[in-house]
Amino acid sequence: MTSDSLLDLSRLQFAMTAMYHFLFVPLTLGLSILLAIMESVYVMTGRPVWRDMTRFWGTLFGINFAMGVATGITMEFQFGTNWAYYSHYVGDIFGVPLALEGLMAFFLEATFVGLFFFGWDRLSKLQHLVVTWLVAIGSNLSALWILIANAWMQNPTGAKFNPDTMRMELQSIFDVIFNPTAQSKFVHTVSAGYVTGALFVLAVSGWYLLRGRHTEFAKRSATVAVSFGLAAALSVVVLGDESGYMATQQQKMKIAAMESMWHTEPAPAPFVLFGLPDQAARRTDAEIKVPWLLGLIATRSLDTPVPGIYELVASARQRIVDGMPAYAALLRVRSDPRDAAARAALQSHVGDLGYALLLRRYLADPSAASPEQITQAAWDTVPSVASLFWTFRIMVGLGLFFIALFAYGFWLAARRQIAERRAFLRVALCALPLPWIAAELGWFVAEHGRQPWAIEGVLPTFLAVSPVPASSVALSLAGFVLFYTVLAIVDAYLLVKYIRLGPRRRDTAAETAAPSGLATRPSAGS
Amino acid sequence: MPIDFATLKVIWWLLLGTLLIAFAVMDGFDLGVGMLLPVVARTDSERRVVINTVGPVWEGNQVWLILGGGAIFAAWPALYAASFSGFYLAMLLALAALILRPVGFKFRSKMPGTAWRSTWDWALFVGGLVPSLVFGVAMGNLLLGVPFRYDWEMRATYGFGVFDLFAPFAVLAGLASVAMLASHGATYLVTKTDGAVAARARTAARLASLGWLVLLAIAGLWLARGGLGYAITAGADPGGAPNPLAKSVVRAGGAWLANYGRWPALWLVPALAPLGPLLVMVFTAARRERLAFLSSAIGVAATIGCVGASLFPFLMPSSSDLASGLTVWDASSSRRTLGIMLIAVCVLLPIVIAYTAFVYRVMRGRVTVAYVESNADTAY
Repeated sequence: MTSDSLLDLSRLQFAMTAMYHFLFVPLTLGLSILLAIMESVYVMTGRPVWRDMTRFWGTLFGINFAMGVATGITMEFQFGTNWAYYSHYVGDIFGVPLALEGLMAFFLEATFVGLFFFGWDRLSKLQHLVVTWLVAIGSNLSALWILIANAWMQNPTGAKFNPDTMRMELQSIFDVIFNPTAQSKFVHTVSAGYVTGALFVLAVSGWYLLRGRHTEFAKRSATVAVSFGLAAALSVVVLGDESGYMATQQQKMKIAAMESMWHTEPAPAPFVLFGLPDQAARRTDAEIKVPWLLGLIATRSLDTPVPGIYELVASARQRIVDGMPAYAALLRVRSDPRDAAARAALQSHVGDLGYALLLRRYLADPSAASPEQITQAAWDTVPSVASLFWTFRIMVGLGLFFIALFAYGFWLAARRQIAERRAFLRVALCALPLPWIAAELGWFVAEHGRQPWAIEGVLPTFLAVSPVPASSVALSLAGFVLFYTVLAIVDAYLLVKYIRLGPRRRDTAAETAAPSGLATRPSAGS
Repeated sequence: MPIDFATLKVIWWLLLGTLLIAFAVMDGFDLGVGMLLPVVARTDSERRVVINTVGPVWEGNQVWLILGGGAIFAAWPALYAASFSGFYLAMLLALAALILRPVGFKFRSKMPGTAWRSTWDWALFVGGLVPSLVFGVAMGNLLLGVPFRYDWEMRATYGFGVFDLFAPFAVLAGLASVAMLASHGATYLVTKTDGAVAARARTAARLASLGWLVLLAIAGLWLARGGLGYAITAGADPGGAPNPLAKSVVRAGGAWLANYGRWPALWLVPALAPLGPLLVMVFTAARRERLAFLSSAIGVAATIGCVGASLFPFLMPSSSDLASGLTVWDASSSRRTLGIMLIAVCVLLPIVIAYTAFVYRVMRGRVTVAYVESNADTAY
């Protein structure tokens, strides 16, 4: 048995390092594509202001990218250091997308990001454009693979338990890669990154416009940002809805907790716009409901009910009861691999083995659990309702706000009024932190909503943790908090400094004097 | 799949070695450059020269480490789980030091102040030194055996604290690793710089390769005569489902030399290892810079190769519960996963190597003080 403090510290460390990493990832995803778009315009039109834009936003991209890389190193190894049993139990499947991410995505973005910064004078215009696109594609591919890995934690398809190796093993790589949860999560997540990149460019450009600095540069940047941002914001919400639909199919408990829906409502279920979930009393007070809405979103039908928490706990309880003989049979197979009867007994309920593991929180041998312990373990499958209810609602509210903001900005840009509407620019500037808040809340909903599972229905989080001393994890956690905080302050300081400095004009001046379209330029500057 | 399970395991053992060697050869020189930064460069311009020799390429090089981590996770999940959690604080120390590098490279040139820049110089120094030391110490511990045991559900528990990692032999291996990568970084710097920096790098290459040679020789003797080694006596099933607990293992002094007796051609590996630093000294003195770097790369590959060739089929022997030790036969992932990953590597790795070569070609040539001074904005 692992101690609760070890579990809590390990979870806290993972949450901290992952959420910290995700402060930098969305901006990398969004800005990399925006850089590629800006540079494409430069190569097509030959107008130097577009190259200046690429280089200026590229400088900010670089500062952010360094932090993304720095915090990403931890993520690749942390499964092994802090979640050793998890790594043993599912590495056969989970390790594959991680390795492919390195082979296919990290190499691409990391190898070419050096050329992006150092290659301006050594590559032709077209070659450099290709390099920029490769960085953008590499960043986005890495999101694809890591979300395939994460989606498998939410919906573990294409795998089977092997009692001889005491772990899950891969059955179908296609089921893992084409996991429907992965597809919707990928587009939802990268779109959130594009929204972040777009709002970043819009807010900084707005700041320049409000101060009357770099007007031409800022107007163009803002126009690119609102167009790209509108498409991205629409995509986030549409694919977020797809994500929710997928979760309804595979993670019914997560949906029920997000909606704080204690009992199954008659179809089509209402959507709770406001409420005060009370986990201890297992009810929601002061509800304001919108009829039909949840049923339509979650099931896309008028007659499919959305199951409530009580009903899902009852079915979890049944699965625990079914899993107990599988656990007993597993013990027999482990002590005598030739026991054919035990193997058959294990196979008949192997799908519920993970549910029996939930009992390990209460006793060493789940097959001897009392009815009270079974009920207790069944209620453990309910994540923290109030936090999910609220984080989900704030995230969705922000998503809708982004659509409105970018739609209005797009309308202004189309009428060439974006530089004059100071109120809009001020709102955009104040909205700068919001995409990060939305993204972090989104991850909170996805990951906290999966609890108590590390792998949904397969491996509970409390069994996945490394048996290292809690004091070691406390030490590393304190180190990370301190170290990351210092780096974040330095990072923010540098970003602000380079935003204040603004884009440099001298290249534009030099190039308008000389004929444009030359392959290489004599001097460098940003 | 036409390849049988046992062969796949051996192929993945070779690939694991290839990835570790690629990491040590590619990222090794920029770790070495980081370590040498305070030694070979005095003025700010000189430091910028040194940093810019690896500035455009170190990020891609580091992916060899990340890919190594991912590949161990996918192909050797038991090793990934047991080694990284077993070496917990040491691993996190190495990770923290590695984190200093991306920010050090990127942030240093963004502000002009002397205190600012020297802070990041130290960050790059630590970012080069600490991982080199920790990875070497980890290699040493693999040869000593690590105190861990599995229970019935394959949950590993460890019987040691962070200071137990620093046994004399492990410290020796750590120092050898530092000397080796310093030498490797120095030979790289000699090819990429000129003037005073190159002259100091030349001296550094000679001294570091001498240290590498001496430490390697001591480690070799210790390996042969120090009573180290484990041997499988029964129960290993190369083609079977990976299950570490099925075998019996004994502690046997000198067992790390058994493979060389069985396959005499393997002697080539320990023969090449000392030849590397030796040739570095010769070629550096003869001003054959590229040959010196090539010799260094071969020496790095052979030094790591020695560890693998001696341990085989062990990956991480256990010193407390001998049967729990991890070997090529019982620590791999399933046959299907190994097969799929092999296909992925065969398709993708050549592409990676091709575009990496392209980037090195574009960035070829020496970095000079004149270059960094005229590119104050874009270069690091």
